[in-house]
Amino acid sequence: MSLQLRNVALRLGEQTVLRDVSLELAPGEVVGLLGRNGAGKTSLLRLASGTWLPDAGDVLFEGRALSDFPRSLLAQKIAVVPQDLHVPFPFRVGEVVLMGRGPYQRWLGFESSHDIECAQRALERMGILHLADRRIPELSGGERQLVLIARALAQEPDCLLLDEPTAFLDLEHRIRVLEVVRELVASGASALLVSHDLSLAARCCERLLLLADGRVAAEGAPGEVLRADTLRRVLGFSATVIEGPDGLPLVVPELGRKDSVERGA
Amino acid sequence: MKHLTAGRLGAVLLASLGVLVVCLAIGLVTGPSGISPGAALDALLHPAESGALADIVWRIRVPRLLLAAGVGASLAVAGVIFQALLRNPLADPFILGVSGGAALGGISVLVLGTWIGVGAGAAPLAAFAGAIGTTLLLYGMAAVRGRVSATQLLLTGVVFNAFASAGIVFLASIAGLADGSRIFLWLIGNLSAARTDMGIVVGVFLVVGLGVALSLARGLNLLALGDEAAAQLGMAVERQKKILLLATSLMVGAAVSVSGLVGFVGLIVPHLLRLVLGPDHRLLVPASALLGAAFLVLCDTVARSLLGGRELPVGAITALVGGPLFLVLLRRNSDRSFTA
Repeated sequence: MSLQLRNVALRLGEQTVLRDVSLELAPGEVVGLLGRNGAGKTSLLRLASGTWLPDAGDVLFEGRALSDFPRSLLAQKIAVVPQDLHVPFPFRVGEVVLMGRGPYQRWLGFESSHDIECAQRALERMGILHLADRRIPELSGGERQLVLIARALAQEPDCLLLDEPTAFLDLEHRIRVLEVVRELVASGASALLVSHDLSLAARCCERLLLLADGRVAAEGAPGEVLRADTLRRVLGFSATVIEGPDGLPLVVPELGRKDSVERGA
Repeated sequence: MKHLTAGRLGAVLLASLGVLVVCLAIGLVTGPSGISPGAALDALLHPAESGALADIVWRIRVPRLLLAAGVGASLAVAGVIFQALLRNPLADPFILGVSGGAALGGISVLVLGTWIGVGAGAAPLAAFAGAIGTTLLLYGMAAVRGRVSATQLLLTGVVFNAFASAGIVFLASIAGLADGSRIFLWLIGNLSAARTDMGIVVGVFLVVGLGVALSLARGLNLLALGDEAAAQLGMAVERQKKILLLATSLMVGAAVSVSGLVGFVGLIVPHLLRLVLGPDHRLLVPASALLGAAFLVLCDTVARSLLGGRELPVGAITALVGGPLFLVLLRRNSDRSFTA
């Protein structure tokens, strides 16, 4: 197993955000993390990356507790793609992607030619090499997202955690991102992908995990999780699920149905 | 793809050093005694000779230039670090009230020290304690969900500055130090009491602080992305932040204990440098040290010579330059709304 979360729980103040969640990521596997806004997906990602410690349960990478890893070693193993990038200073795209090489650098850390190469390759894979010398505040939301993914690729991680990496992207770039994730996983890495695009997640992920109110509500292959009754019950909307030409489920939401605004039990 | 190379760093350092040397030279040959540039340089190059000329150069001008350089460098580097830690280009030890806290600490020892048997030598340490106390207060007040709101930060700074000034006047009155002009000079910041031993104290604290800032310069870059992103990119965030805060407080404490409340140096110098060099702290930290030194040397030279025989406090000059710049920055900062 590459990454394991065993019965983790997390409280933030009064509120219990996650309770008794278990999740395993095997090398060569993409797991999709689905759920309503506020279901605890981002919190789970923070536990999985060692950014926060769970109040109960264990988070292990290759069998070793995340808290036992030095920060820089952990950042060589696990890369996180956050939802957005805010910088108060006008860093260039290339500089931000090179920060992905930080875990491999010491002291002042002049970038080696290998670091430059990694960053360039990552920019190329995301199709934004031409943005390398642009300043971050000049970019659109979608372009910033591509920069964040390029930064994570530059980390050369064994495990990639993506928090709605395609939310601001056009369909062409969504597909490119998912292809890049598949490529990385094909070379032995693992990935956890938070997404609201159910049909696309079904095509990118081996397994899906549906989170509701901080618990695992459903788990399994895309065809097992994406069922009309589950969607209505857990995600709170009505949809017809049909089989696409690739044999995977396609979720077709029904607009204007009254029960679509009611919250599932 | 543009990236930092040793060559670029070297070129920037060399250019900054050149500017500093020129400013020091201007400062050396400028003053009310009407010494010619040639004579001043001659006295500088022959320290063993005695006489009025050598005295003026070696006892008055050189200590003052070195002190101005040390204080300027300390305040500029402290400004860079605060801006990265708080993720806000408006941060500056004076604006945040950290200088005010240091001044209050320093003057407390000067006034109360005689009663509890602590000498004036402890002033830099007390100023350091005041600086670190204020920094902790700022952090506690301003951090909301890990992000620091500019409004909270600036208001806390303004209020704390008013409090510290009142405290300083109060303490000085108790001690019968109510010689108004001295307190005034201290509150606005001046270097007219420069002595060599002051320069040494500032220099030692500067070397420590600068060393820390340089060795953690990459971490300062990562902190600009936020604490969470910095941790995910391999930085030991909490530990490095503590070290940086300590180093900053040391530098501010030492600078304030010898010069009072010289404002805006930490705002002006990093801001101008960021425009020219970009935001990479591996360049910004050493360049701010050298050019912060040059800037304050120049301001102090102006302060000494603008009104002929009478001296202006250097803090008046930096505030006249820095106040308007601060307003411009504040306006632009709220336009871009990355302060929310």
